[in-house]
Amino acid sequence: MSALLEVSGLDAYYGPIQALFGLDFVVEEGGVTALLGANGAGKTTTLRALSGLIRRQGDIRLGGRAIVGLSTEAVARLGVAHVPDGRGTFTDLTVEENLRLGAYVRRDRAEVRRDFDRVFGYFPRLAERRKQQAGTLSGGEQQMLAISRALLMRPKLLMLDEPSFGLAPMIVQEIFRILAAINRDEGVSMLIVEQNASLALDLADHAVLIETGRAAMSGAAHMLRADDAVRRAYLGY
Amino acid sequence: MPSSGASRVNEFLHQLASGLALGGVYAIMALALVMIYQATQLVNFAQGEMAMFSTYFAWKLTDLGWPYWRAFAVTVVVSFLGGIALERIVVRPFAKAPVLASVIVFIGLSLIFNALAGWLYGYSTTDFPTPFDGRPWFGQRYMSAHESGSVLVSLVVLALVWAFFRFTPLGLAMRAAAQNPTSSRLVGIRVGWMLAIGWGLAAAIGAIAGMMAAPIVYLDPNMMAGILLYAFAGAVLGGIDNPFGAAFGGFAVGVVENLMGAYVVGSEVKLSVALAIIVGVLVWRPSGLFGRRIVARV
Repeated sequence: MSALLEVSGLDAYYGPIQALFGLDFVVEEGGVTALLGANGAGKTTTLRALSGLIRRQGDIRLGGRAIVGLSTEAVARLGVAHVPDGRGTFTDLTVEENLRLGAYVRRDRAEVRRDFDRVFGYFPRLAERRKQQAGTLSGGEQQMLAISRALLMRPKLLMLDEPSFGLAPMIVQEIFRILAAINRDEGVSMLIVEQNASLALDLADHAVLIETGRAAMSGAAHMLRADDAVRRAYLGY
Repeated sequence: MPSSGASRVNEFLHQLASGLALGGVYAIMALALVMIYQATQLVNFAQGEMAMFSTYFAWKLTDLGWPYWRAFAVTVVVSFLGGIALERIVVRPFAKAPVLASVIVFIGLSLIFNALAGWLYGYSTTDFPTPFDGRPWFGQRYMSAHESGSVLVSLVVLALVWAFFRFTPLGLAMRAAAQNPTSSRLVGIRVGWMLAIGWGLAAAIGAIAGMMAAPIVYLDPNMMAGILLYAFAGAVLGGIDNPFGAAFGGFAVGVVENLMGAYVVGSEVKLSVALAIIVGVLVWRPSGLFGRRIVARV
């Protein structure tokens, strides 16, 4: 496997405050990398830095191309779909309009129509609620909408920020089952931030443990799962 | 001189009709204000003077002998591009500045356009041509041909703007950018450009408002001052976060202002009707008739 996303020496800043210190990791082509760590460790910050939502420096390569100097819009247009924490729903727009925004930069209309059917296949509930205002959806449905919106970008890399946040366990199971299917059937690479380490490690092939803005450990997902310290601190057994 | 009941009804209908004609101008000016307000939560106080300046530009073209509609079209396009340029060059640098800084920039812009118009074209009042001359439409006697045409143009502008935001991908992207800039950028929308295009559209709509108003109020560098105030009153009345509420408010203010001027307060002080509406709405119903109430959780 070759690397789709290569990150090395990534620093990131909130104003004058440095939040990430020389982070290194990769997402393989078709692979899933999980970012684990406690609250405030820098997981969300890492995604924001990759998307160019905050100031960052270091080397970020997407398919070999340096993207560290690019604007958020430009990164998105290169095929990085970021599902932000809080889901980023356009609450006043309808479900369908939210999805159309995902396909905003695409010009291949026939393909877009097929992708609509595809995401409605994964999440039939969204099809039922097409014309409904997105702000009226439940949390789980909004998460499905956010993932679908991202899929309509036809991304090379899907970045998910806490897809399980605030959702009932059954909904979380469903969403992770679908994420696994998307990764397996369509080969979409993923970078996933997740509090629920066990769930994330099931999905991932690589994992990075972040502590106070630094990579404390990284490697194959099964290695981290087997590590005693990780198990006690994050898996809870 | 005793006037008969019938002629009093006629007079009333006439006042109502003139109110609607200017109300159309207020409606689309209100729409221009709302367009920028929705994206930035700022009221562009220079909107009126920008429209006035566009109207002078159109006047210059007709003065050079251009046919009316060609001058109209070119003015709309030039105003659109001018609005974009203004946003990019003058407004953009203050995007992250405190609200007051932006307000001062808008006031400065309005002074500059006012002075520039006076310097280029003089302060004397000028006639402005209308494409709708001739006999009143539909055989009625309450509305001049220009007034009818002006209402029609206002309604066409409202319909076009509605269709643009409702049915085109660019319109959808502009709504998205106004509502949630971060999510918009994450799907690849160039949010900065959306704002610039919003300024362009507002400037183009203002130009149309100016060209429809000028045959009624005559062209001079201060022609839009009162109109902007009425438009603002209309926007506040209808709800400044709702384009069509604001447009409805514009029509309503036009009618109320005209009737108050004719029957209650006299035309000298009718501008204060606009202020009374603004204050009244802000006191009793701050979100306007059709605005969304925003409840903040603390």
